[in-house]
Amino acid sequence: MTDITDRIDSTDRKGPDGAVAPNAAAARPVERSLDTRLPSIVTAASPGTVIALAVVLAAMLFAVPEVLGSFWLQVTFSAVVYSAVALGLGLLVGRAGMFSLCQVPLLAAGAWISLRIAALVDLPFPLLLLVTGLLTGLLGAVIGIPAIRLSGLYLALITLMAAGAITLLLKVFKFPNGGGGFWGFDKTVSSGAVALDRPSWVPSDVSFFRYTVVVVALLFLLVGWHIKGKPGRAWASIRQSQVTAVAAGVDTTLYKLWAFALSAFVTGVAGALLAAGPGGVSVNQFPVEQSIVLLAVVLMGGVYNIWGALVAGFLLRVLPQLLDQKLGLDPEILTILFGIGVMQVLLTAPGGIVGDLTKLGKKIVGLFTRRSSTPSTPSTPSTPAPTDTAAAA
Amino acid sequence: MIEVRDLTVRFGGVVPLDNMSVTMGVGTNGLIGPNGAGKTTFFNVLSGFVRPASGSVTAFGDDLLKMPDFKRVRWGLRRTFQTEQAIANLSVYENVLLVHEHSGAPPASRRDDVMQAVEFIGLGSKLNHAVGSLGAAERRLVEVARTVVGTPRLILLDEPAAGLPDDETAELGAIIMQIPERTGASVVLVDHDMTLVAVTCSHVTVLDFGIVIADGATGDVLNDPRVMQAYLGTEEVSA
Repeated sequence: MTDITDRIDSTDRKGPDGAVAPNAAAARPVERSLDTRLPSIVTAASPGTVIALAVVLAAMLFAVPEVLGSFWLQVTFSAVVYSAVALGLGLLVGRAGMFSLCQVPLLAAGAWISLRIAALVDLPFPLLLLVTGLLTGLLGAVIGIPAIRLSGLYLALITLMAAGAITLLLKVFKFPNGGGGFWGFDKTVSSGAVALDRPSWVPSDVSFFRYTVVVVALLFLLVGWHIKGKPGRAWASIRQSQVTAVAAGVDTTLYKLWAFALSAFVTGVAGALLAAGPGGVSVNQFPVEQSIVLLAVVLMGGVYNIWGALVAGFLLRVLPQLLDQKLGLDPEILTILFGIGVMQVLLTAPGGIVGDLTKLGKKIVGLFTRRSSTPSTPSTPSTPAPTDTAAAA
Repeated sequence: MIEVRDLTVRFGGVVPLDNMSVTMGVGTNGLIGPNGAGKTTFFNVLSGFVRPASGSVTAFGDDLLKMPDFKRVRWGLRRTFQTEQAIANLSVYENVLLVHEHSGAPPASRRDDVMQAVEFIGLGSKLNHAVGSLGAAERRLVEVARTVVGTPRLILLDEPAAGLPDDETAELGAIIMQIPERTGASVVLVDHDMTLVAVTCSHVTVLDFGIVIADGATGDVLNDPRVMQAYLGTEEVSA
């Protein structure tokens, strides 16, 4: 797996603003408008990215709930939640260069923690999300402890063991359903799906879908703020090599655990949202092997671009339903398709689907700008991606 | 001011550093020797990547070996690598900023400090370019900028001119010569380019098979017959 990241590293050497190998001629105008502000999410956000984000957000908030029926809304809700999970894994793989196969069990843990807390104390929903995220983050940091010494395949194996352990606990003790004790499971109540109470002002599936979109957007902002800030730079150094990071004064133990904790925080909040979503949560919803499929779709979506997480959410949750409901195909064939997709990513397109679309977008923009002979704006790379995800959703 | 006393490193039966004792003052100190002489091992001991079997390193009165590796940057240690290690995915700005953020330097002057370091190496116009898109010489300069930012006290340059053509080596040398005055730090330069060493260093130490064979003013050491022998015996003098 180290080889995979190396392979990706060597080919994906583009800047945070998406600019690739600027030529000498283009360097002149850049010099005049040199941006000397300290790099952060603010300096990294080009107008194009902001507009694209706003368009996707508006489409999800207003168009999607109007157009889709209750079944497809539920599917899209699940895709939105899983895009947050993909965001967390993308952060680990793409930014810090660490692999985890424990993200789906952490999602289940988030759902479990939120249900358990809600049964114990009556917290306002946003606070419940925050506490759930923090506790899941703590759990994630514990799972990440082997990452201090291990990397690549060995780290992935260890996290897979942790995933097995969490899944086993869940199978034995189930989701809390109003019982007592630490586990809060009452055997006398017929087991099945358990749902978390929603905030009173967003009782319906449609209104809670909108609520979820806003929360997930905030999670994207939180991760983006980290990636473009001090932690993101520290992670980039760790991803290049341990020695490089230490020579730059980076406390690698702290930042590795922080990456795991933030990734688990995002996943935990997603778990709580899932528990309060349509249909609630049930034990069989979180098989261990789903974590492997998640890693595949995250790689396919693209781990170096925040839009990749949205594509991953779509691939994981919407595509199987599309195949099943619209084409009458067995969703199992996706395992094969995802396998081919991952090979394609590793061999030819380390930037994933978003990276491919970015290149395509640049080519198209290049055609137009060559005709009008003005230099292309740096905002163009990210624009093609959201149109794809918006159309997909 | 660094005082190295009886420093010994063992890797199984191999002894890359054997009772090395040397004192390096302010200014630029050259550390030369044939391949495998123990130069990079010495740097790795100072960086904390290699734990010595015995000996001590005192720098400006502090026991360097007692500090955890990453905290040595906060103390004032900076280094470059033989195979250049500027972070390809980050911009020039972010590369220098990364070190400043972790060096304990005051955040208030962060932007000015980083800008000055980038101007110092003459890459101001490529501030926001990804390091991965730069040429070899420019990437090495970014590493140099990372060493001067903040308040460095001991700067280790590991073959900064390796693989560079003569004109670019000369430009790099001009920049290296300004480092001690600019930062007040002690600089230790390892390189095989004797012209670069002769131009930049006031003091030179020669290592051969982990043993210090000569130590003193640059002119005297480079003309020392034992040094000639050590070099000519194993490889040609590249200058």
